[in-house]
Amino acid sequence: MNCQLKERPVCRLAGDTGLIVEFGEEIDLDINQKVRTMAAAVNHIKPDGLIEIIPTYRSLLFIYDPVQIQPKNLIALIEELESTIDTGGEHDVRLIEIPVCYGGEFGPDMENVKASSKLDTDEVIRLHSQPEYPIYMVGFTPGFPFLGGLDERLFTPRLTTPRLVVPAGSVGIANNQTGMYPIESPGGWQIIGRTPLTLFAPKRKNPFLYKAGDNIKFIPISQDQFEQIKQEENM
Amino acid sequence: MDAIKIIAPGGYSTIQDRGRFEFQNMGVPLSGVLDHFAFDAANILVGNPDNTPVMELTVMGPSIEIHKRMDIALTGAKMGITVNTMPVAQWRSIRVNPGDMISIGQVQAGCRAYLAVSGGFDVPQVMGSFSTYAGANIGGFKGRPIRAKDVLKTGDAPLLKTERVLPQKDIPIHPTHVTLRAILGPQDDYFDSGIHTLFTSEYMVTAKADRMGYRLMGETIPIRDGKPKSIISEPSIPGSIQVPADEQPIILLVEQTVGGYAKIATIISSDLGRVAQTTPGDMIRFEKIDLETAHSLIYEEKNKLKRIQKYFIP
Repeated sequence: MNCQLKERPVCRLAGDTGLIVEFGEEIDLDINQKVRTMAAAVNHIKPDGLIEIIPTYRSLLFIYDPVQIQPKNLIALIEELESTIDTGGEHDVRLIEIPVCYGGEFGPDMENVKASSKLDTDEVIRLHSQPEYPIYMVGFTPGFPFLGGLDERLFTPRLTTPRLVVPAGSVGIANNQTGMYPIESPGGWQIIGRTPLTLFAPKRKNPFLYKAGDNIKFIPISQDQFEQIKQEENM
Repeated sequence: MDAIKIIAPGGYSTIQDRGRFEFQNMGVPLSGVLDHFAFDAANILVGNPDNTPVMELTVMGPSIEIHKRMDIALTGAKMGITVNTMPVAQWRSIRVNPGDMISIGQVQAGCRAYLAVSGGFDVPQVMGSFSTYAGANIGGFKGRPIRAKDVLKTGDAPLLKTERVLPQKDIPIHPTHVTLRAILGPQDDYFDSGIHTLFTSEYMVTAKADRMGYRLMGETIPIRDGKPKSIISEPSIPGSIQVPADEQPIILLVEQTVGGYAKIATIISSDLGRVAQTTPGDMIRFEKIDLETAHSLIYEEKNKLKRIQKYFIP
């Protein structure tokens, strides 16, 4: 299914140290997979002067040092890689399980989602915890995953007035997206549950539990299990 | 060892280095100093290696009690500094001794000043950087701006053999009306008449101006007919001029990660420090330049620093 992929990527300048290479114009698993394959291939080559590659839904943002490398060199590299590597094949995808205690004090907007979907709590939980959600991109705050594949029946618009404080670990829905708040921050997503896991631990060797390209599955847990895991996390 | 004690913290004072580069793909903003020239100059003036953490001061400087003999330098915005109530100059090394009281005042020109100390501020490195990102409570001093009664350590470093004074001609001025150079894109194709508007009208810095971004006010910049009002969310780089639904531009800075609006143009690296030195009420004009010119300005900037370095270490 490569029909959405463009013949040639679109390149855009982002100032004098950034280059955006777009592989498509929509949120789509194939396009996103191509983005990640290309990111991995470029990271493998690590051309001098390339400071960082940031994968997005449908593009790559290259941050470069113009003293060492020019956008035209990066574009040439991408074109060369496009003709030599297979970006459409099957890939090993890591599945990351995230325990979530739904509803109650951890899910203050469960009622909104129930009202909007005309489903009961159990059905909302079942539909939300069933899919393996692909992580398209990580951003907004450290470790915030933008997930695809939310069941249509759960689509719920953002809160009309965003909260000033959403607790760390909160799991929410915004229109056709679902995601988690790794750190306490303001936010307008409909919060339906919370994970006891520490999603962003700056002092941990790997501060994050997942990256773009992994899949996430939510595992419903009870409040007791929540407290137990939370305690283990804090040890 | 304990080197300084904060008596009053000033407006918003944080420890910063050049930024946290390796985790931008995980939603960790770059952070770091906003005015790179002032940062580099401050470290050179006290004899520190490149990218030593300094304190970025905003609008109002702190009052500090000195516990250790060392060299300090204050660069960037003009705030005025006194040692035991005696005024001393900025953009030069100042030898201080235990018991000295340093007071840095209210900004008179510019917005952000940089305080370097010999050996640098001794704070733990978090994810490859000393920079404070208060939004996630990481880096710098306890992940937050400094407060009264905080006691900060500095690294051990030899004192300067001779004092260092930056030549007057290399000291930037901070006018209230600035022209910032920018390159079109990344989403200039989302605009038509708005491009002309951006480069011909004047924009005022609003009160919503911080390390995340500067909201400007002026002529509206409409999205062209047939283009969506937003884009698929993507990361932004500092200096991006984003146009949200109210059609008033926002200059995105170092604590912004992902944005969902089209970016009409991007301020060149060499002018980013000048954004950071504007304050609410200041007026900004934009001038369009091409990539090649922007890159040659980066070389010029690097050469200027090399020249300054050579001036002190021939």
